[in-house]
Amino acid sequence: MKSTILTNPNKKPKWHKMSVGGYIALIITTLLSIFPFYWMFIVASNGTDEISKIPPTLLPGPRFFTVVSHVYEALPQFNQALLNSFYVGTSVALAQVFFSAIAGFAFAKLNFKGQRFMVLFVVLTMMLPSQLGIIPLFMLMGYAGLLNSLGALIVPALVTAFGVFWMRQVIDSQVPNELLEAASIDGAGIFRVYLGIVLPIIAQSSFVLGLFSFLASWNDYLWPLLVLNSPENFTAQVAVSELKSSYAIDYALNMGGAFLSTVPLLILFIFVGRRLVRGVMDGAVKG
Amino acid sequence: MSQNTVARRTSKPPSPWKPVTPSRKLSNPNAVVSLNGRWGYIFTAPFFVMFLIFGLAPIIYSVYIAFFDWDALGTKVFIGMDNFTNLMADDRFWNAMVNTFDIWLMSTIPMLIISISLAAVLHSPFLKGSTFWRTILLVPNITSVLAIAIVFGQLFGRDFGIVNDIIGALGFPHVDFIQGTQSSHIAIASMIVWRWTGYNALIFLAAMLAVPGELYESASLDGASKWQQFRYVTLPSLRNTITFVLIVGTIGGLQVFAEPLILGGSYNGGDSGQFSTLTLFLFDQAFVAYKWGYAAAIGIMITVIVSIVSIINFYITRKLAGEKK
Repeated sequence: MKSTILTNPNKKPKWHKMSVGGYIALIITTLLSIFPFYWMFIVASNGTDEISKIPPTLLPGPRFFTVVSHVYEALPQFNQALLNSFYVGTSVALAQVFFSAIAGFAFAKLNFKGQRFMVLFVVLTMMLPSQLGIIPLFMLMGYAGLLNSLGALIVPALVTAFGVFWMRQVIDSQVPNELLEAASIDGAGIFRVYLGIVLPIIAQSSFVLGLFSFLASWNDYLWPLLVLNSPENFTAQVAVSELKSSYAIDYALNMGGAFLSTVPLLILFIFVGRRLVRGVMDGAVKG
Repeated sequence: MSQNTVARRTSKPPSPWKPVTPSRKLSNPNAVVSLNGRWGYIFTAPFFVMFLIFGLAPIIYSVYIAFFDWDALGTKVFIGMDNFTNLMADDRFWNAMVNTFDIWLMSTIPMLIISISLAAVLHSPFLKGSTFWRTILLVPNITSVLAIAIVFGQLFGRDFGIVNDIIGALGFPHVDFIQGTQSSHIAIASMIVWRWTGYNALIFLAAMLAVPGELYESASLDGASKWQQFRYVTLPSLRNTITFVLIVGTIGGLQVFAEPLILGGSYNGGDSGQFSTLTLFLFDQAFVAYKWGYAAAIGIMITVIVSIVSIINFYITRKLAGEKK
């Protein structure tokens, strides 16, 4: 990262003083960021009646496991839904990294006719609203016999213009040309150059791209809702939205479902949060 | 936009292996010339093939069906521009348009101000635990819109929501957030702000860290106050980043649908369409009314609107944030 001024004590600039106000702002931001998760748990562990009091309970209650069992009563396939989400997310992440990395390598480091135009094409397609083609895509999934299957979630998400563009930027800025030239002049073929030199350098960034693809897939809501209709194929998001429609307003049940579908992400985040932060910041447009 | 990458690229030392003056113009001036470029076609082919089938072809086809009267099961009838002229006369379309822009404005402006301020706080070299704060900022962004809309729907509830508890404690009457037009927009905008502020703060922080420290040093030697440094050093150097965040936010913000869909529990966007948005209206026509041609026409209008607003954004931010390059 470019945070050398942060780590080098001798270069500490004198014009910025860290004020108490800054910390207060950060603490408030932290509380606001965490609160909805905490609130999900509060509601799910107290039950709907308990939170309807004024002032509402702000402490966890004893009913969490009762509510969880209600979630499983309302939707016995909830575990299957979590597994489905995991399966779809992982497949999408692996495919996107694989296809984006190799295409990004070609766009960044190879010279072929039309390369410039193709990159422009990729950038322009990133600007297209994704909902525009949703009806024909739905029909296409019907023709392909993929409706009501997890394939309908995986196949259209195997590649994205964003992934290719991102990997191109990463490879362009992280992989020095000299290294590739030296290797290829020493007689290494293109696959050895790619597998032996490029891939190890971009491993971190590929991982970050994979994480973002996984998260996007896990959190996708409308498309799974449209193409899936039998409960054994539901993803976690569809399952949670089913809870919402099957009962009038049972907040505890809804929040219990939402909480269960979010916990896997929070656990994942504990391990990969710092890398995601780096990924976001590395990919930022600076200047 | 990618001024920085371009600058970095051109400032690379010349490679000893590269011919000093390439006789023919390279398609890719940064390419490794000793690698056989033809592989490029094979390496990019899977992307292009799949993108054409699942990305571009559906879009082109929906442009085509926008000129037909098609109710999904029945026959297609070519009706020329009728879908578009009907759309122009459709109150629901204009209602959705007004709602979309209102939600977009109410989310974008606070989000920009808060995220730039947070980035400025995080930029301070005296900040303790910066990794922790940065990581926390990203937490809202990884959560699903569904889970968050369920929580916010409860928080903004009329009778037992915490927001109304606070409003009540301050001595004001309760607000029925979901039923009101402006108030439901506040609820939806707050979800968007909650989700994206931290993420964008990290983007702005990255851009601030890329500003050379000498600029600040000379500014403070010239006697510039902290605010003046922010206004005349930091802000102009964020110009491209602000443009980028605004354009990405416009593309996403003008297509907002998940929050209102979950909040209202249907494609109507509330009992009187008070928070119906353009994309929600598209889905309503496509998957409730099954008017596929009409829905496709809405999709095209959304694309046109997004493009126009993005271009306007681009010029406004150049004017506002920037002196010369």
